[in-house]
Amino acid sequence: MAGRTGRAVAPAQGDSQAPTLNSLLATKEIVVACGPGGVGKTTTAAASALMAAVNHGSKVLVLTVDPAKRLANALGLDGIGNTEHRVPDSAFTSAGVKPRGQLWAAMLDTKESWDSLIRQHAPDEQTREEILANPLYQNIAGRFVQSHDYIAMERLYEIHSTGEYDLIVVDTPPTRNALDFLDAPERLADFFSSRLLRWLIVPYRSKLINVATKPFYQISDRILGTEFMGDISEFFILFQTMYDGFVERSKAVGRLLSDRRTTFIVVSTLEATPLREAEFFAEQLTERKLHLGAIVLNKVLPDYLQGRAGAKVAETLKDRAEDLAAELAPRLGATDGQLGDPTQIARVLTEVADSFLNFQIVALREMEERASLAVAPDVLATVPFFDTDIHDLAGLLRLGETIWD
Amino acid sequence: MPTEPMTPLLDRKLVIVTGKGGTGKTTVASALALLAAGQGKKVLICEFDAKGELAGYYESPPTSFKEKEVQPGLFAMTMDTEASLREYLKLQLHVPIVGRIGPVAKAFDFLATAAPGVREILSLGKICWEVRDGDWDMVVVDAQASGHIVGLLAAPQAVNGLVKVGLIRTQTGWMLDMLSDASVTGLVAVCTPEEMPVSETIELADRVRTETTVQLAAVVVNRVLPELFGRNEEDVFEALASPEPLSELDRLVDGDAAPVLEAARLAVTMRRTRSTHLERLRKGIDPEVPLLYLPYLFARSHGLRTTKQVAGSLGEELGF
Repeated sequence: MAGRTGRAVAPAQGDSQAPTLNSLLATKEIVVACGPGGVGKTTTAAASALMAAVNHGSKVLVLTVDPAKRLANALGLDGIGNTEHRVPDSAFTSAGVKPRGQLWAAMLDTKESWDSLIRQHAPDEQTREEILANPLYQNIAGRFVQSHDYIAMERLYEIHSTGEYDLIVVDTPPTRNALDFLDAPERLADFFSSRLLRWLIVPYRSKLINVATKPFYQISDRILGTEFMGDISEFFILFQTMYDGFVERSKAVGRLLSDRRTTFIVVSTLEATPLREAEFFAEQLTERKLHLGAIVLNKVLPDYLQGRAGAKVAETLKDRAEDLAAELAPRLGATDGQLGDPTQIARVLTEVADSFLNFQIVALREMEERASLAVAPDVLATVPFFDTDIHDLAGLLRLGETIWD
Repeated sequence: MPTEPMTPLLDRKLVIVTGKGGTGKTTVASALALLAAGQGKKVLICEFDAKGELAGYYESPPTSFKEKEVQPGLFAMTMDTEASLREYLKLQLHVPIVGRIGPVAKAFDFLATAAPGVREILSLGKICWEVRDGDWDMVVVDAQASGHIVGLLAAPQAVNGLVKVGLIRTQTGWMLDMLSDASVTGLVAVCTPEEMPVSETIELADRVRTETTVQLAAVVVNRVLPELFGRNEEDVFEALASPEPLSELDRLVDGDAAPVLEAARLAVTMRRTRSTHLERLRKGIDPEVPLLYLPYLFARSHGLRTTKQVAGSLGEELGF
């Protein structure tokens, strides 16, 4: 594939060869959309997948975590959940496009994914049933060792290994720390290999108490109670049977993330706090030798807010509001007598001018933030601010077009 | 729901602030604490996420587990599960293992990772302990984002269900009492008038009611855009923006007025989209729960000045 360009090669070839989201998505098999919360990650992931399905003729899956209800509806995900589901042709027709490829979508259900993982890795039917019925398991399937983060990556791996899709775009769960999901596979492997876990799973009644472990048991007993400690150890004894499967699997997930077929898209807005977080994240990707394919800057205010000429006009509107209103009044009054009140016109002019100057401050700060961006991805794309919410394929396409080439 | 009036926000001893990422949770928490301190209360604010951002809101040196005074009467700390475990062991178990607390704490920390709810109990326990035994009029928690907060608040019940005896059981007992007492504890959810934050807030309110014993004390709606035009004024604006008056305006100001008018149109549309979400929020939240509105800050640079400004707006909304 001629388009398989590394970051070192592509820019040197001149502008026509500069990578775009288009070329990036044409050459990768996995795209991970990540970044701080509330910046439009899910929408960006869905728009990217849709663009690839429409333009590349590929079979594309978007794996979302928590889409807005109307977006989920648009993708036909309502009530579908964990299973992959093809976005119907009718949705494309109403958006006015005829896709060359197929768009599939699935939502991540943590509990269901854990259950299916247990079913896969449990050595026998009895262990499987015991784990699934264990009260501790039921309680922790939702939050055990960053389980959201782990399961997202695990699902990705599983779907990728089926070879069903040309491209999988995965949205990442909101995490306390955006890096959690990168670390999750390794952390899970570490957890299972830990010596401390072995302390826990020494059959509790007959545990080999020695000088090193005695205080631990004493304290644990006093704090958590013998019974709970017994439950915990029983649970981990069951879990231990799946040790090899889990460790092997989490290593494979780690390898997949660093594979050259995988790329990361960091999504952010140009607000200071999310942008710092996104920058940090991008740096971490590079440090871990993961491929930072693109940074997508979302909800960027329009360029016309930045001009000095505009500011000058706004100042004039404010300073001379009354004069201007007096001059303009007859012209407005001519069309509709009610609109010719100079006081009201002056107020409108002042409001308009103030609003422009207010938004200009924000727009200038955004420009400044963008200029001082400390990382250089292959692709830096900007999504203009959309004044309405995106909740159908037409909206996703509109967004997608702005970042595609 | 009981019909007795809700305890005013600043009269509660424990206020836990949550919200969807990016909505200004830390801004609101820091401003709320500053507002309370400004009223003469001795306040502790705890950053639960340990992201180290809180200090920036007061322009203070970095915060740590040991609280520091960052403004008159206002102390700040950062949660640290390991440190709170050490403190807990020291308080609960008194002497014999103090010398060996290092390795044991490490092992216990591991156990806390493995056992559901234990970590939450340790960190939330530290907060409850400060409320009960600390010398504070009010404790404000800059807690986890709304996706994780229910797990935290429901931890005492979850652990109660799993643990029958032991010190932690005693601990969850009095923690539950404190968290369930709406005259002491209240949750504040921060959101912005946008699609996802509003949906998430409504969903959070439901989950808090059904899965936890904590009362939602207020919803703070952050970044509310000002209403640009009053009655009739939008018609005046549209008339101004029509071709002939616009070219006259260009001539009068000797420049291109179109971008300035376009920006106003953007502001109006933004506000309109947002007001539909606000409407949805009002309908989706129990009418008993007060909604507090904070204006969009155009000159938004983080720092003490902004925190003070937000505290002022919050104060106005609370009727001070």
